[in-house]
Amino acid sequence: MTPKTAIRAEAERLYQAIAATGAQPVEADLLLPAETLLDLYGEDIRARAYVTHDPIRGEMMLRPDFTVPVVQAHMEHGAEPARYCYMGEVFRQQMHLGPRQSEYVQVGYEVFDGSDPLAADAEVFALFQSLLAPLGLRAATGDIGILRAAVEALETTPRRKAALLRHLWRPRRFRALLDRFGGRAPVPPARADLLARMARGEDVLSGLVQTGLRSEEEIAERLTALREDAAAPPISGAEVARLEAVLSVADKCPAALAQLAAMARDLPALTPAVDRLAARIDSLATRGIDVAALDFEASYGRTTMEYYDGFVFGFYAESEADLPPIASGGRYDALTAVLGHGRSIPAVGGVIRPGLVARLKGVL
Amino acid sequence: MLKIGVPSKGRLMEKTFDWFGTRGVTMRQTGADREYSGTIEGIEGAELVLLSAGEIPRELSAGRIHLGVTGSDLVREKLADWDRQVVELAPLGFGHADLIIAVPTGWADVETLDDLDAVAAQFRRDHGHRLRIATKYHRLVRDFLTAQGVADYQLVDSQGATEGTVKNLTAEAVADITSSGETLRANHLKILSDGLIHSSQAMLFASLRAEWDAAARTTLAALLARIGLDTALPELSG
Repeated sequence: MTPKTAIRAEAERLYQAIAATGAQPVEADLLLPAETLLDLYGEDIRARAYVTHDPIRGEMMLRPDFTVPVVQAHMEHGAEPARYCYMGEVFRQQMHLGPRQSEYVQVGYEVFDGSDPLAADAEVFALFQSLLAPLGLRAATGDIGILRAAVEALETTPRRKAALLRHLWRPRRFRALLDRFGGRAPVPPARADLLARMARGEDVLSGLVQTGLRSEEEIAERLTALREDAAAPPISGAEVARLEAVLSVADKCPAALAQLAAMARDLPALTPAVDRLAARIDSLATRGIDVAALDFEASYGRTTMEYYDGFVFGFYAESEADLPPIASGGRYDALTAVLGHGRSIPAVGGVIRPGLVARLKGVL
Repeated sequence: MLKIGVPSKGRLMEKTFDWFGTRGVTMRQTGADREYSGTIEGIEGAELVLLSAGEIPRELSAGRIHLGVTGSDLVREKLADWDRQVVELAPLGFGHADLIIAVPTGWADVETLDDLDAVAAQFRRDHGHRLRIATKYHRLVRDFLTAQGVADYQLVDSQGATEGTVKNLTAEAVADITSSGETLRANHLKILSDGLIHSSQAMLFASLRAEWDAAARTTLAALLARIGLDTALPELSG
């Protein structure tokens, strides 16, 4: 067998196993409108996807993942609850020299079912765990909902919370914001000067030539926001420390849960998210997952997909640490809200890479 | 034969010839004024290849030339993992230009990338599309903004007169090369205080992809000795 034939056979096996649970097969286009993907993922996707130009349809992308077309197909044609399975190539430009492939097969499973989201999370994870069990992989789990709750729990302005939540997925900018809001980073001299001039009642916009689309009203609105922010008290060191403690929780599920529950005693706003984590761990246990041996990392998934907003997971080959995750997934209600222009669907799912499975089985 | 790629016209060519000339290696254009062929004197076994500065990175990457003179910005922009494809042998001390991010001077609230990021979020909310940054340096700008954690922007391609895009309402900010900053000021743009992406200058590069046979290596050693570069010879595969 050629490598592609072996991968295709492995993909077929995984796909049939998922379809056997009752999931509906779904197909997705290879050429997708670039605009939708760029609006969702930002300019970074342009570096990762193959962009091409169609004389009629404009900028198009070779399918970089299945999430968007599957969600769109469901929103157009589907009825809830729905469970889908799919199989096919995705294309990713590799910006670095090396062995990573720019074309590979994914097999996936997506669940659109709002009746019991925590049970749906556990259902997806348990299915993947059973499909991958022979490979002896390490599973990592996390919960973006805990991180969001920890930010929401800060005693600070809604504007600062919104800024932190927007950058939950960009740890460097998140850290810079936290340092600034906590008064730990010095105020840049130009900002201090600007604030001083405004405090003296100076019109800092007078005499400036305005060019471009951004209007003077928009600038004035942000100047007001800057003044208000300068007047708001810094986030206290104790609060920053509590947030960092939440971010750094990493242990087996029961111990991680106990640590977060202890933190929630000082931070009651965290309680609902911790309760949901506890219920999900129970659901996983009910499905036969050995939760005592399952890793939980509060910051897991922070640098992967922006729209994961709850449960996240990945499966890794410890024997080949250089490999990307063999499978990964999570809950992405926020993505459906953006794609649905306000109409949101509870959604959880994941993908397996049959090429990596075949390699670990030694058939490649 | 050791092939050396040099910019084929203008000040970059003249300054490159001067740089080598003062170090005892004479390069000159041969034939008619506009003919792209040249010779090297002072070093045995070297051949001059006159090329557009913009094509030199690609020729180095393909290994069709052993050495090349071009801007450090062009190599970083055009080659993925540039430092695994070429080696910097020497900065040549001319062709200085900074790749920077600039915004309208009227934006009294913006001085830093942190501000630009906040404005990008506000702009997207108010205008329904991402804040546009005009540039021709897509890779360098995107890598920089990703590393800095700036979101909600989009790059729009601009191959010339980039400073005019803001006034013409085709972009809200620019990322462009500047040396004196005069064109920026004339177009009511100011540089972000932490918006320096890359300080570029003309640089002598060696290709890691070229075939470095014994003859090419001997010629390189002689050339480096002649021009007074005591840098250790890079690891070059034969």
